[in-house]
Amino acid sequence: MKHYTYFPGCSASEGGAKAYNWSARAVCKALDVDLAELEDWNCCGSTPSSSVDELGAHCMAARDLALAEKKGLDMVTPCSACYVIFNRTNTYFNGYPQFRAKVNEALAAGGLEYRGTLKVRHLLDVLTTDVGYDAIASRVKKPLSELKVAPYYGCQIVRPGFGFDHPESPQSLDKLIASLGSESVPFPLKARCCGGSLIISEEDLALGLIRKIFDSASSNGAECLVTVCPLCQTNLDAYQSRVNKKFKTDYQLPVLFFTQLIGIAFGLSEEDLGLKTGIVPAERVLAKYV
Amino acid sequence: MEIKTRPKTFIDEICAIPGGEGIRLCIQCGTCTASCPNADKMEYTPSQLIAMARAGMRQEVLSSNSMWYCLSCYLCTVRCPRGIKQTGLMHAFECLAERAGLSYAGSFTPTMYRSFNHFACALGSLPEFGFMAWYYMLSNPLRAWRMIPVAWNLFRRGRLSIRARRLTPEGTNQLRAILDKAESIGGVS
Repeated sequence: MKHYTYFPGCSASEGGAKAYNWSARAVCKALDVDLAELEDWNCCGSTPSSSVDELGAHCMAARDLALAEKKGLDMVTPCSACYVIFNRTNTYFNGYPQFRAKVNEALAAGGLEYRGTLKVRHLLDVLTTDVGYDAIASRVKKPLSELKVAPYYGCQIVRPGFGFDHPESPQSLDKLIASLGSESVPFPLKARCCGGSLIISEEDLALGLIRKIFDSASSNGAECLVTVCPLCQTNLDAYQSRVNKKFKTDYQLPVLFFTQLIGIAFGLSEEDLGLKTGIVPAERVLAKYV
Repeated sequence: MEIKTRPKTFIDEICAIPGGEGIRLCIQCGTCTASCPNADKMEYTPSQLIAMARAGMRQEVLSSNSMWYCLSCYLCTVRCPRGIKQTGLMHAFECLAERAGLSYAGSFTPTMYRSFNHFACALGSLPEFGFMAWYYMLSNPLRAWRMIPVAWNLFRRGRLSIRARRLTPEGTNQLRAILDKAESIGGVS
């Protein structure tokens, strides 16, 4: 059994992406991956915080890093935003002594110290690198043959790049999908932006970006999209009807978390995977497999 | 003997921020601008912003709308042939604008970021419903009604929690103490 400290992040733990957390836990259990949730963790600060208060945002991330470092295991998160934030704080922490001193001065006020040794990884990295495609393939009960999947990586899992997959033409999710027996369609916009949090403040602009992603996926024959990030999932799923209304299109693309797709191929129950939480219904596309 | 040092310039200020020092390396090739999904929405493109910052145009840079249209997609950062961390520069410009009270008022993005930060700092977690409600109250309450269909769809699938995840009292106090200290230290530079 492989052991990790687990950081679900706000969206997956109590927010709109609970199904990501459920399915991640169910799939990890099936693959003998132990996820021990970090106790009393706080929000990583995400990108919005680092846009208004840089040091405060890094210190929020650093509290989690310091707590997790004590556990002595790699920390894994299913959220691309948390992943980029923790790795950014780590990079600055280990590259800039003055920054390190300031962060540790703040942490000391809470009785903590960070040494900069924690490795933070995305769940996709752990499942594809540590567990491996073959081990995943060997656990498949219902191959998803004939399902045409668009593997959507988004931005922050591969950029600015913390040593995992190519920043613009990533392949890990494609290979994972292949190991489940299904086919990933060519998808030129697979690592382009969904609009991120600007969907809230600049909706029209973000809807335009989302439309391009749907167009790229559907013109290549995709029946569904698979994501690795709670925010990407929400933007593509909850705002799909808005895109259709604004651009007079008719996209009906269910947006699944990659852990849900693995879980379906493993024959796990619909409830464990939270398949009913999708706003664009996935029943028709998944009828053969669930 | 008294040693005279030149006054601190805008570029010095940027170079003191972790990752900011790369700004001196820019060759104005325009790769960042060509890669940016939102460059056409910006008053000044990413490469113009760098040129202006290097020319000491502090006020113009910090009061522009440009960095508030940054999506943090990091395409510019991975493509820059000089290894400049433009996305980090954009975040730094945003923070400097906030501190100087110059944040662009023509977009609700600064308000949205502040609302997010307010909740994340106060509670240690982000209650999505509370954050959105607070944001619409501060920005444009009339726009909130347009969100009802999206919110309803999320709610009926159990994806909109009203209650926030709370840290333990010890955890909350610890985070508070850390953030108070960070505030007293000031910025990263």
